[in-house]
Amino acid sequence: MDRISFDVSKGQIVGFLGPNGAGKSTTLRMLTCYLSPTGGTATINGFNIFHQSEQVRSNMGYLPESVPLYLEMRVEEYLDFRGRLRKMDRESRRKRIDYVIERCWLTTVRRRPIGHLSKGYRQRVGLADSLLHNPAVLVLDEPTVGLDPTQIRETRKLIKDLGGDHTLLLSTHILPEVEAVCDRAIIIAGGKIVAQGTPDELRASRRLNSRVLVECRGPAKEVEAALSRVSGVSRTEIISDNGDPYATIALRAKDGADVREEAARTIIGRGWPLREVRLEHATLEEFFVQVTANQAMGKSEGKTEGKTE
Amino acid sequence: MTRSPAIARRELSSYFYSPIAYVAMALFLLASAFTFWDDFQPGAPAEMRSIFQWMVWLLVFIVPILSMGLMSQEWATGTIESLMTAPVNESDVVLGKFLGSFGFFTVLVAPTLLFAVMLSLFGQTDKSAIACGYLGIILVGALFTSIGLFCSSLTRSQVVAAVASAALLFVTTIVPWWVSGKATLGAFWRVVADQCIMRRYEDFSKGIIDTGNIVFFIAATAVFLFLTVKVLESRRWA
Repeated sequence: MDRISFDVSKGQIVGFLGPNGAGKSTTLRMLTCYLSPTGGTATINGFNIFHQSEQVRSNMGYLPESVPLYLEMRVEEYLDFRGRLRKMDRESRRKRIDYVIERCWLTTVRRRPIGHLSKGYRQRVGLADSLLHNPAVLVLDEPTVGLDPTQIRETRKLIKDLGGDHTLLLSTHILPEVEAVCDRAIIIAGGKIVAQGTPDELRASRRLNSRVLVECRGPAKEVEAALSRVSGVSRTEIISDNGDPYATIALRAKDGADVREEAARTIIGRGWPLREVRLEHATLEEFFVQVTANQAMGKSEGKTEGKTE
Repeated sequence: MTRSPAIARRELSSYFYSPIAYVAMALFLLASAFTFWDDFQPGAPAEMRSIFQWMVWLLVFIVPILSMGLMSQEWATGTIESLMTAPVNESDVVLGKFLGSFGFFTVLVAPTLLFAVMLSLFGQTDKSAIACGYLGIILVGALFTSIGLFCSSLTRSQVVAAVASAALLFVTTIVPWWVSGKATLGAFWRVVADQCIMRRYEDFSKGIIDTGNIVFFIAATAVFLFLTVKVLESRRWA
Protein backbone atom coordinates (compact mmCIF):
# COMPACT_ATOMS: atom_id res chain seq x y z
CA MET A 1 0.00 0.00 0.00
CA ASP A 2 1.28 3.40 -0.92
CA ARG A 3 0.22 6.28 1.32
CA ILE A 4 -3.52 6.04 1.05
CA SER A 5 -5.77 8.21 3.13
CA PHE A 6 -9.55 8.31 3.49
CA ASP A 7 -12.35 9.04 5.94
CA VAL A 8 -15.57 7.18 6.48
CA SER A 9 -18.30 8.96 8.39
CA LYS A 10 -20.71 7.31 10.76
CA GLY A 11 -23.61 5.41 9.23
CA GLN A 12 -22.14 5.55 5.74
CA ILE A 13 -21.73 2.59 3.43
CA VAL A 14 -18.43 2.91 1.68
CA GLY A 15 -17.35 0.63 -1.13
CA PHE A 16 -13.74 -0.19 -1.61
CA LEU A 17 -13.30 -0.95 -5.25
CA GLY A 18 -10.33 -2.21 -7.14
CA PRO A 19 -9.07 -4.93 -9.48
CA ASN A 20 -7.59 -8.10 -8.04
CA GLY A 21 -4.33 -7.46 -6.27
CA ALA A 22 -5.04 -3.75 -5.86
CA GLY A 23 -4.58 -3.93 -2.10
CA LYS A 24 -8.20 -3.99 -0.95
CA SER A 25 -7.85 -6.93 1.40
CA THR A 26 -4.51 -5.72 2.68
CA THR A 27 -6.03 -2.38 3.63
CA LEU A 28 -8.96 -4.05 5.36
CA ARG A 29 -6.62 -6.39 7.20
CA MET A 30 -4.68 -3.44 8.51
CA LEU A 31 -7.86 -1.70 9.63
CA THR A 32 -9.01 -4.84 11.44
CA CYS A 33 -5.64 -5.15 13.20
CA TYR A 34 -4.80 -8.45 11.50
CA LEU A 35 -1.73 -6.95 9.86
CA SER A 36 0.26 -4.01 11.13
CA PRO A 37 1.07 -1.23 8.70
CA THR A 38 4.78 -0.40 8.47
CA GLY A 39 3.94 3.29 8.41
CA GLY A 40 0.98 5.55 8.96
CA THR A 41 -1.95 4.90 11.22
CA ALA A 42 -5.71 4.67 11.37
CA THR A 43 -8.37 5.57 13.88
CA ILE A 44 -11.62 3.68 14.04
CA ASN A 45 -14.44 4.92 16.23
CA GLY A 46 -11.88 7.08 18.00
CA PHE A 47 -9.59 4.14 18.76
CA ASN A 48 -6.10 3.83 17.34
CA ILE A 49 -5.27 0.58 15.56
CA PHE A 50 -1.85 0.38 17.21
CA HIS A 51 -2.42 1.43 20.79
CA GLN A 52 -6.06 0.47 21.24
CA SER A 53 -6.19 -2.58 19.04
CA GLU A 54 -8.44 -4.47 21.44
CA GLN A 55 -11.04 -1.68 21.59
CA VAL A 56 -10.92 -1.36 17.82
CA ARG A 57 -11.63 -5.05 17.47
CA SER A 58 -14.37 -5.00 20.13
CA ASN A 59 -16.27 -2.37 18.17
CA MET A 60 -15.84 -3.95 14.78
CA GLY A 61 -17.28 -6.89 12.90
CA TYR A 62 -15.14 -8.36 10.16
CA LEU A 63 -15.95 -10.82 7.43
CA PRO A 64 -12.66 -11.98 5.86
CA GLU A 65 -12.59 -12.70 2.17
CA SER A 66 -12.15 -16.46 2.52
CA VAL A 67 -14.87 -16.74 5.20
CA PRO A 68 -12.82 -18.92 7.53
CA LEU A 69 -14.99 -21.00 9.86
CA TYR A 70 -14.51 -24.04 12.08
CA LEU A 71 -16.13 -26.65 9.89
CA GLU A 72 -16.75 -29.23 12.60
CA MET A 73 -18.90 -26.87 14.66
CA ARG A 74 -22.61 -26.34 14.30
CA VAL A 75 -23.83 -22.90 13.25
CA GLU A 76 -25.33 -22.13 16.66
CA GLU A 77 -22.32 -23.54 18.46
CA TYR A 78 -19.93 -21.44 16.40
CA LEU A 79 -21.85 -18.24 17.06
CA ASP A 80 -21.94 -19.10 20.76
CA PHE A 81 -18.15 -19.55 20.73
CA ARG A 82 -17.70 -16.20 19.01
CA GLY A 83 -20.00 -14.60 21.56
CA ARG A 84 -17.94 -16.05 24.41
CA LEU A 85 -14.76 -14.75 22.77
CA ARG A 86 -16.34 -11.33 22.84
CA LYS A 87 -17.28 -11.71 26.49
CA MET A 88 -21.01 -11.50 25.91
CA ASP A 89 -23.05 -12.85 28.81
CA ARG A 90 -25.35 -15.84 28.41
CA GLU A 91 -28.53 -13.80 28.07
CA SER A 92 -27.24 -11.39 25.42
CA ARG A 93 -25.58 -14.26 23.56
CA ARG A 94 -28.90 -16.07 23.35
CA LYS A 95 -30.76 -12.95 22.20
CA ARG A 96 -28.20 -11.84 19.65
CA ILE A 97 -27.70 -15.34 18.23
CA ASP A 98 -31.45 -15.64 17.64
CA TYR A 99 -31.44 -12.19 16.07
CA VAL A 100 -28.51 -12.69 13.68
CA ILE A 101 -29.67 -16.17 12.71
CA GLU A 102 -33.00 -14.72 11.65
CA ARG A 103 -31.42 -11.67 10.06
CA CYS A 104 -29.05 -13.74 7.93
CA TRP A 105 -31.63 -16.38 6.93
CA LEU A 106 -29.96 -19.19 8.85
CA THR A 107 -32.99 -20.46 10.78
CA THR A 108 -33.24 -23.70 8.82
CA VAL A 109 -29.59 -24.63 9.27
CA ARG A 110 -28.89 -23.44 12.80
CA ARG A 111 -28.15 -26.95 14.08
CA ARG A 112 -26.23 -28.12 11.03
CA PRO A 113 -22.44 -28.55 11.06
CA ILE A 114 -20.84 -25.70 9.13
CA GLY A 115 -18.83 -28.19 7.06
CA HIS A 116 -22.07 -29.48 5.54
CA LEU A 117 -23.22 -26.06 4.38
CA SER A 118 -22.86 -24.60 0.90
CA LYS A 119 -20.69 -21.58 0.16
CA GLY A 120 -23.68 -19.24 0.29
CA TYR A 121 -24.72 -20.40 3.74
CA ARG A 122 -21.17 -20.21 5.04
CA GLN A 123 -20.99 -16.64 3.81
CA ARG A 124 -24.11 -15.88 5.83
CA VAL A 125 -22.67 -17.57 8.92
CA GLY A 126 -19.63 -15.31 8.58
CA LEU A 127 -21.90 -12.32 8.18
CA ALA A 128 -23.96 -13.38 11.22
CA ASP A 129 -20.75 -13.64 13.22
CA SER A 130 -19.65 -10.15 12.22
CA LEU A 131 -23.04 -8.76 13.33
CA LEU A 132 -23.20 -10.76 16.56
CA HIS A 133 -21.96 -8.11 18.96
CA ASN A 134 -23.82 -5.29 17.20
CA PRO A 135 -20.60 -3.50 16.23
CA ALA A 136 -20.48 0.15 15.28
CA VAL A 137 -18.28 -0.64 12.30
CA LEU A 138 -18.65 -3.53 9.89
CA VAL A 139 -15.86 -4.49 7.52
CA LEU A 140 -16.86 -6.93 4.81
CA ASP A 141 -14.28 -8.26 2.38
CA GLU A 142 -16.03 -9.23 -0.87
CA PRO A 143 -19.29 -10.24 0.81
CA THR A 144 -21.05 -11.40 -2.36
CA VAL A 145 -18.32 -13.45 -4.01
CA GLY A 146 -19.42 -16.99 -4.73
CA LEU A 147 -23.11 -16.42 -4.10
CA ASP A 148 -25.88 -17.15 -6.56
CA PRO A 149 -27.84 -14.22 -8.03
CA THR A 150 -30.71 -14.49 -5.54
CA GLN A 151 -28.32 -14.58 -2.61
CA ILE A 152 -26.39 -11.64 -4.03
CA ARG A 153 -29.59 -9.63 -4.19
CA GLU A 154 -30.55 -10.61 -0.63
CA THR A 155 -27.09 -9.87 0.70
CA ARG A 156 -27.02 -6.46 -0.94
CA LYS A 157 -30.41 -5.71 0.55
CA LEU A 158 -29.17 -6.75 3.97
CA ILE A 159 -26.10 -4.56 3.60
CA LYS A 160 -28.25 -1.60 2.61
CA ASP A 161 -30.53 -2.22 5.60
CA LEU A 162 -27.56 -2.31 7.94
CA GLY A 163 -26.30 0.99 6.63
CA GLY A 164 -28.25 3.28 8.93
CA ASP A 165 -27.20 1.72 12.23
CA HIS A 166 -23.70 0.62 11.32
CA THR A 167 -20.84 2.15 9.45
CA LEU A 168 -19.93 -0.22 6.65
CA LEU A 169 -16.77 -0.61 4.69
CA LEU A 170 -16.97 -3.25 2.02
CA SER A 171 -14.63 -4.29 -0.69
CA THR A 172 -15.56 -5.60 -4.08
CA HIS A 173 -14.35 -5.76 -7.62
CA ILE A 174 -17.85 -5.46 -9.04
CA LEU A 175 -18.68 -1.91 -10.09
CA PRO A 176 -22.47 -2.30 -10.22
CA GLU A 177 -22.39 -3.62 -6.67
CA VAL A 178 -20.94 -0.37 -5.45
CA GLU A 179 -23.49 1.56 -7.47
CA ALA A 180 -26.27 -0.53 -5.96
CA VAL A 181 -25.44 -0.33 -2.26
CA CYS A 182 -22.82 2.27 -1.44
CA ASP A 183 -23.08 5.92 -0.45
CA ARG A 184 -19.54 6.47 -1.52
CA ALA A 185 -16.86 4.57 -3.38
CA ILE A 186 -13.12 4.58 -3.09
CA ILE A 187 -11.30 3.16 -6.05
CA ILE A 188 -7.83 1.84 -5.53
CA ALA A 189 -5.36 0.36 -7.95
CA GLY A 190 -1.75 -0.58 -7.42
CA GLY A 191 -1.96 0.34 -3.73
CA LYS A 192 -3.11 3.92 -4.42
CA ILE A 193 -6.46 5.68 -4.34
CA VAL A 194 -7.18 6.60 -7.95
CA ALA A 195 -10.69 7.99 -7.60
CA GLN A 196 -13.44 8.45 -5.09
CA GLY A 197 -16.95 9.77 -5.15
CA THR A 198 -20.64 8.97 -4.94
CA PRO A 199 -22.09 6.31 -7.23
CA ASP A 200 -23.66 9.07 -9.35
CA GLU A 201 -20.32 10.69 -9.91
CA LEU A 202 -18.86 7.32 -10.74
CA ARG A 203 -21.64 6.59 -13.15
CA ALA A 204 -21.07 9.92 -14.86
CA SER A 205 -17.39 9.35 -15.24
CA ARG A 206 -18.09 5.89 -16.46
CA ARG A 207 -20.37 7.33 -19.15
CA LEU A 208 -17.47 9.50 -20.16
CA ASN A 209 -15.54 6.35 -20.66
CA SER A 210 -18.16 4.47 -22.64
CA ARG A 211 -18.23 4.01 -26.38
CA VAL A 212 -20.82 3.39 -29.07
CA LEU A 213 -20.46 0.46 -31.44
CA VAL A 214 -22.03 0.80 -34.86
CA GLU A 215 -22.33 -2.14 -37.20
CA CYS A 216 -23.61 -1.82 -40.75
CA ARG A 217 -23.05 -3.17 -44.22
CA GLY A 218 -20.71 -0.87 -46.05
CA PRO A 219 -17.07 -0.05 -46.75
CA ALA A 220 -15.41 0.39 -43.38
CA LYS A 221 -13.21 3.33 -44.32
CA GLU A 222 -16.08 5.36 -45.76
CA VAL A 223 -18.37 4.52 -42.86
CA GLU A 224 -15.72 5.66 -40.45
CA ALA A 225 -15.23 8.90 -42.31
CA ALA A 226 -18.96 9.56 -42.31
CA LEU A 227 -19.31 8.81 -38.62
CA SER A 228 -16.36 10.97 -37.62
CA ARG A 229 -18.29 13.96 -39.00
CA VAL A 230 -21.26 13.29 -36.68
CA SER A 231 -21.48 16.12 -34.19
CA GLY A 232 -20.27 15.20 -30.72
CA VAL A 233 -17.99 12.37 -31.87
CA SER A 234 -14.44 12.86 -30.73
CA ARG A 235 -12.77 9.70 -31.92
CA THR A 236 -13.57 6.80 -34.23
CA GLU A 237 -11.95 3.44 -34.61
CA ILE A 238 -12.48 0.55 -37.00
CA ILE A 239 -13.08 -2.60 -34.97
CA SER A 240 -13.56 -5.20 -37.71
CA ASP A 241 -12.52 -4.86 -41.31
CA ASN A 242 -11.76 -8.39 -42.32
CA GLY A 243 -13.04 -8.25 -45.89
CA ASP A 244 -16.66 -9.18 -45.15
CA PRO A 245 -19.32 -6.67 -46.18
CA TYR A 246 -19.97 -5.64 -42.57
CA ALA A 247 -18.08 -2.88 -40.81
CA THR A 248 -17.96 -2.27 -37.08
CA ILE A 249 -16.90 1.20 -35.93
CA ALA A 250 -16.36 2.33 -32.35
CA LEU A 251 -17.23 5.94 -31.50
CA ARG A 252 -16.16 7.92 -28.50
CA ALA A 253 -18.20 10.99 -27.72
CA LYS A 254 -17.20 14.30 -26.16
CA ASP A 255 -18.34 14.90 -22.57
CA GLY A 256 -20.54 11.85 -22.34
CA ALA A 257 -22.89 13.02 -25.10
CA ASP A 258 -25.22 10.39 -26.53
CA VAL A 259 -24.42 10.14 -30.24
CA ARG A 260 -26.40 7.00 -31.01
CA GLU A 261 -29.37 8.62 -32.74
CA GLU A 262 -27.23 10.95 -34.83
CA ALA A 263 -24.96 8.06 -35.85
CA ALA A 264 -27.92 5.90 -36.88
CA ARG A 265 -29.41 8.74 -38.93
CA THR A 266 -26.10 9.25 -40.71
CA ILE A 267 -25.73 5.57 -41.61
CA ILE A 268 -29.29 5.30 -42.88
CA GLY A 269 -28.96 8.58 -44.75
CA ARG A 270 -26.01 7.16 -46.64
CA GLY A 271 -28.03 4.05 -47.52
CA TRP A 272 -25.88 1.53 -45.65
CA PRO A 273 -28.08 -1.17 -44.06
CA LEU A 274 -27.73 -0.67 -40.30
CA ARG A 275 -27.38 -3.80 -38.16
CA GLU A 276 -26.65 -2.56 -34.67
CA VAL A 277 -26.01 0.55 -32.60
CA ARG A 278 -24.94 -0.30 -29.07
CA LEU A 279 -23.73 1.70 -26.09
CA GLU A 280 -20.91 -0.16 -24.37
CA HIS A 281 -19.85 0.82 -20.89
CA ALA A 282 -16.23 0.55 -20.01
CA THR A 283 -15.43 -2.67 -18.15
CA LEU A 284 -14.06 -2.19 -14.72
CA GLU A 285 -10.52 -2.86 -15.90
CA GLU A 286 -10.77 -0.32 -18.72
CA PHE A 287 -12.33 2.09 -16.30
CA PHE A 288 -9.40 1.65 -13.92
CA VAL A 289 -6.91 2.07 -16.70
CA GLN A 290 -8.60 5.25 -17.86
CA VAL A 291 -9.07 6.66 -14.39
CA THR A 292 -5.43 5.98 -13.64
CA ALA A 293 -4.35 7.53 -16.93
CA ASN A 294 -6.53 10.61 -16.32
CA GLN A 295 -5.02 10.99 -12.89
CA ALA A 296 -1.52 10.77 -14.27
CA MET A 297 -2.29 13.44 -16.86
CA GLY A 298 -4.37 15.77 -14.73
CA LYS A 299 -2.27 15.64 -11.63
CA SER A 300 1.25 15.41 -12.92
CA GLU A 301 2.21 18.21 -10.55
CA GLY A 302 0.87 16.28 -7.59
CA LYS A 303 2.83 13.27 -8.69
CA THR A 304 6.19 14.99 -8.73
CA GLU A 305 5.35 16.42 -5.35
CA GLY A 306 4.77 12.91 -4.08
CA LYS A 307 8.13 11.80 -5.42
CA THR A 308 10.15 14.51 -3.74
CA GLU A 309 8.43 13.82 -0.47
CA MET B 1 -5.98 -14.10 29.51
CA THR B 2 -9.67 -13.81 30.32
CA ARG B 3 -10.66 -15.09 26.91
CA SER B 4 -8.69 -18.32 27.14
CA PRO B 5 -11.54 -20.42 28.60
CA ALA B 6 -13.69 -19.91 25.48
CA ILE B 7 -10.82 -21.02 23.25
CA ALA B 8 -9.92 -23.94 25.54
CA ARG B 9 -13.53 -25.08 25.55
CA ARG B 10 -13.77 -25.00 21.77
CA GLU B 11 -10.45 -26.79 21.37
CA LEU B 12 -11.39 -29.54 23.82
CA SER B 13 -14.78 -30.13 22.21
CA SER B 14 -13.25 -30.21 18.73
CA TYR B 15 -11.30 -33.34 19.76
CA PHE B 16 -14.55 -35.18 20.20
CA TYR B 17 -15.44 -34.51 16.55
CA SER B 18 -12.10 -35.77 15.33
CA PRO B 19 -11.64 -39.43 14.41
CA ILE B 20 -7.88 -39.09 14.76
CA ALA B 21 -8.22 -38.18 18.43
CA TYR B 22 -10.27 -41.31 19.06
CA VAL B 23 -7.71 -43.43 17.21
CA ALA B 24 -4.87 -41.90 19.25
CA MET B 25 -6.81 -42.54 22.44
CA ALA B 26 -7.56 -46.15 21.52
CA LEU B 27 -3.90 -46.76 20.63
CA PHE B 28 -2.71 -45.26 23.87
CA LEU B 29 -5.10 -47.25 26.05
CA LEU B 30 -4.46 -50.49 24.19
CA ALA B 31 -0.69 -50.12 24.41
CA SER B 32 -0.72 -49.11 28.05
CA ALA B 33 -2.98 -52.06 28.83
CA PHE B 34 -0.33 -54.36 27.34
CA THR B 35 2.42 -52.77 29.41
CA PHE B 36 0.27 -53.11 32.49
CA TRP B 37 0.66 -56.85 32.01
CA ASP B 38 4.17 -56.62 33.52
CA ASP B 39 2.84 -55.03 36.67
CA PHE B 40 -0.29 -57.10 36.96
CA GLN B 41 1.22 -60.54 37.72
CA PRO B 42 0.77 -62.86 40.71
CA GLY B 43 3.74 -62.34 42.98
CA ALA B 44 4.83 -59.10 41.35
CA PRO B 45 4.95 -56.01 43.60
CA ALA B 46 1.67 -54.10 43.50
CA GLU B 47 3.05 -50.99 41.89
CA MET B 48 2.80 -49.28 38.50
CA ARG B 49 6.41 -48.42 37.89
CA SER B 50 6.78 -50.12 34.53
CA ILE B 51 3.51 -48.81 33.13
CA PHE B 52 4.51 -45.30 34.10
CA GLN B 53 7.81 -45.79 32.27
CA TRP B 54 6.09 -47.08 29.18
CA MET B 55 3.46 -44.37 29.17
CA VAL B 56 6.10 -41.71 28.54
CA TRP B 57 7.37 -43.71 25.58
CA LEU B 58 3.86 -43.83 24.20
CA LEU B 59 3.23 -40.15 24.86
CA VAL B 60 6.28 -39.20 22.81
CA PHE B 61 4.26 -40.38 19.82
CA ILE B 62 0.68 -39.84 20.96
CA VAL B 63 0.89 -36.21 22.14
CA PRO B 64 2.20 -34.94 18.75
CA ILE B 65 -0.89 -36.47 17.14
CA LEU B 66 -3.12 -34.60 19.57
CA SER B 67 -1.30 -31.30 19.27
CA MET B 68 -0.48 -31.25 15.56
CA GLY B 69 -3.61 -29.39 14.48
CA LEU B 70 -3.72 -26.83 17.29
CA MET B 71 -2.21 -23.92 15.36
CA SER B 72 -1.34 -25.41 11.97
CA GLN B 73 -5.00 -25.89 11.18
CA GLU B 74 -5.69 -22.24 11.98
CA TRP B 75 -3.02 -21.27 9.48
CA ALA B 76 -4.18 -23.74 6.84
CA THR B 77 -7.88 -22.88 6.94
CA GLY B 78 -7.39 -19.17 7.57
CA THR B 79 -9.47 -19.23 10.75
CA ILE B 80 -6.57 -17.46 12.41
CA GLU B 81 -7.84 -14.33 10.68
CA SER B 82 -11.27 -14.38 12.30
CA LEU B 83 -9.71 -15.49 15.58
CA MET B 84 -7.16 -12.68 15.77
CA THR B 85 -9.58 -10.00 14.60
CA ALA B 86 -11.80 -10.81 17.57
CA PRO B 87 -10.68 -8.87 20.65
CA VAL B 88 -8.22 -11.51 21.83
CA ASN B 89 -4.46 -11.32 22.18
CA GLU B 90 -1.81 -13.89 21.39
CA SER B 91 -1.43 -15.15 24.95
CA ASP B 92 -5.21 -15.72 25.21
CA VAL B 93 -4.99 -17.92 22.14
CA VAL B 94 -1.87 -19.83 23.19
CA LEU B 95 -3.08 -20.43 26.74
CA GLY B 96 -6.54 -21.41 25.51
CA LYS B 97 -5.17 -23.86 22.96
CA PHE B 98 -2.80 -25.30 25.52
CA LEU B 99 -5.48 -25.79 28.15
CA GLY B 100 -7.87 -27.35 25.65
CA SER B 101 -5.30 -29.84 24.43
CA PHE B 102 -4.04 -30.53 27.94
CA GLY B 103 -7.66 -31.11 28.95
CA PHE B 104 -7.95 -33.81 26.32
CA PHE B 105 -4.66 -35.28 27.53
CA THR B 106 -6.15 -35.76 31.01
CA VAL B 107 -9.19 -37.40 29.41
CA LEU B 108 -6.76 -39.69 27.59
CA VAL B 109 -4.88 -40.71 30.73
CA ALA B 110 -7.86 -40.89 33.08
CA PRO B 111 -8.98 -44.43 32.10
CA THR B 112 -5.59 -45.81 33.20
CA LEU B 113 -6.70 -45.07 36.79
CA LEU B 114 -8.64 -48.27 36.30
CA PHE B 115 -5.31 -50.14 36.45
CA ALA B 116 -4.62 -48.62 39.85
CA VAL B 117 -8.06 -49.71 41.04
CA MET B 118 -7.43 -53.25 39.77
CA LEU B 119 -4.09 -53.43 41.52
CA SER B 120 -5.57 -52.26 44.79
CA LEU B 121 -8.24 -54.96 44.57
CA PHE B 122 -5.60 -57.68 44.42
CA GLY B 123 -2.80 -56.34 46.54
CA GLN B 124 -1.51 -53.77 48.98
CA THR B 125 -0.75 -50.75 46.81
CA ASP B 126 1.27 -47.73 47.80
CA LYS B 127 -1.36 -45.13 46.97
CA SER B 128 0.94 -42.17 47.44
CA ALA B 129 3.54 -43.66 45.07
CA ILE B 130 0.85 -44.10 42.42
CA ALA B 131 -0.42 -40.55 42.97
CA CYS B 132 3.14 -39.35 42.60
CA GLY B 133 3.46 -41.26 39.32
CA TYR B 134 0.34 -39.56 38.03
CA LEU B 135 1.66 -36.18 39.06
CA GLY B 136 4.71 -36.98 36.93
CA ILE B 137 2.56 -38.04 33.97
CA ILE B 138 0.51 -34.85 34.24
CA LEU B 139 3.64 -32.69 34.24
CA VAL B 140 5.14 -34.61 31.33
CA GLY B 141 1.85 -34.25 29.46
CA ALA B 142 1.87 -30.50 30.01
CA LEU B 143 5.43 -30.15 28.74
CA PHE B 144 4.84 -32.42 25.74
CA THR B 145 1.67 -30.54 24.86
CA SER B 146 3.43 -27.18 24.96
CA ILE B 147 6.22 -28.54 22.74
CA GLY B 148 3.62 -29.92 20.35
CA LEU B 149 1.78 -26.59 20.34
CA PHE B 150 5.01 -24.77 19.58
CA CYS B 151 5.79 -27.05 16.63
CA SER B 152 2.22 -26.69 15.39
CA SER B 153 2.54 -22.91 15.36
CA LEU B 154 5.51 -23.08 12.99
CA THR B 155 3.81 -24.71 10.03
CA ARG B 156 0.51 -24.92 8.24
CA SER B 157 0.91 -28.66 7.69
CA GLN B 158 -0.37 -30.95 10.42
CA VAL B 159 1.90 -33.76 9.25
CA VAL B 160 5.00 -31.59 9.47
CA ALA B 161 3.90 -30.41 12.92
CA ALA B 162 3.39 -33.98 14.13
CA VAL B 163 6.71 -35.25 12.78
CA ALA B 164 8.63 -32.24 14.09
CA SER B 165 7.21 -32.48 17.59
CA ALA B 166 7.65 -36.26 17.75
CA ALA B 167 11.28 -35.80 16.68
CA LEU B 168 11.84 -33.06 19.23
CA LEU B 169 10.26 -35.13 21.99
CA PHE B 170 12.29 -38.18 21.00
CA VAL B 171 15.54 -36.24 21.09
CA THR B 172 14.82 -34.60 24.44
CA THR B 173 13.27 -37.61 26.15
CA ILE B 174 14.28 -40.99 24.81
CA VAL B 175 17.78 -40.28 23.48
CA PRO B 176 19.28 -38.83 26.70
CA TRP B 177 17.73 -41.62 28.72
CA TRP B 178 19.20 -44.21 26.41
CA VAL B 179 22.73 -42.75 26.25
CA SER B 180 22.91 -42.11 29.99
CA GLY B 181 22.94 -45.87 30.45
CA LYS B 182 26.10 -46.16 28.33
CA ALA B 183 29.33 -46.57 30.31
CA THR B 184 31.40 -44.85 27.62
CA LEU B 185 29.56 -41.54 28.02
CA GLY B 186 31.74 -38.58 28.99
CA ALA B 187 31.13 -36.88 32.33
CA PHE B 188 29.77 -33.68 30.76
CA TRP B 189 27.24 -35.43 28.59
CA ARG B 190 26.22 -37.64 31.48
CA VAL B 191 25.28 -34.53 33.46
CA VAL B 192 23.37 -33.16 30.49
CA ALA B 193 21.53 -36.44 29.96
CA ASP B 194 20.63 -36.61 33.64
CA GLN B 195 18.96 -33.21 33.36
CA CYS B 196 16.64 -34.45 30.66
CA ILE B 197 12.98 -35.24 30.78
CA MET B 198 13.08 -39.01 31.30
CA ARG B 199 15.52 -39.00 34.22
CA ARG B 200 13.49 -36.37 36.02
CA TYR B 201 10.30 -38.23 35.32
CA GLU B 202 11.76 -41.49 36.65
CA ASP B 203 11.93 -39.94 40.10
CA PHE B 204 8.18 -39.40 40.02
CA SER B 205 7.48 -42.93 38.87
CA LYS B 206 9.54 -44.21 41.80
CA GLY B 207 7.43 -42.09 44.15
CA ILE B 208 9.99 -39.37 44.79
CA ILE B 209 8.73 -35.78 44.72
CA ASP B 210 11.59 -33.39 44.14
CA THR B 211 10.66 -29.70 44.00
CA GLY B 212 13.42 -29.18 41.47
CA ASN B 213 11.75 -31.61 39.10
CA ILE B 214 8.36 -29.93 39.48
CA VAL B 215 9.92 -26.53 38.80
CA PHE B 216 11.75 -27.97 35.79
CA PHE B 217 8.58 -29.23 34.14
CA ILE B 218 6.54 -26.10 34.84
CA ALA B 219 9.33 -23.78 33.68
CA ALA B 220 10.00 -25.78 30.51
CA THR B 221 6.27 -25.79 29.70
CA ALA B 222 6.16 -22.02 30.20
CA VAL B 223 9.17 -21.51 27.92
CA PHE B 224 7.50 -23.30 25.03
CA LEU B 225 4.22 -21.46 25.57
CA PHE B 226 6.14 -18.19 25.56
CA LEU B 227 7.91 -19.14 22.32
CA THR B 228 4.55 -19.95 20.75
CA VAL B 229 3.22 -16.53 21.73
CA LYS B 230 6.24 -14.97 20.01
CA VAL B 231 5.66 -17.00 16.85
CA LEU B 232 2.05 -15.80 16.79
CA GLU B 233 3.05 -12.20 17.33
CA SER B 234 5.48 -12.33 14.41
CA ARG B 235 2.53 -13.05 12.08
CA ARG B 236 1.44 -9.39 12.17
CA TRP B 237 4.54 -8.35 10.28
CA ALA B 238 4.52 -11.14 7.73
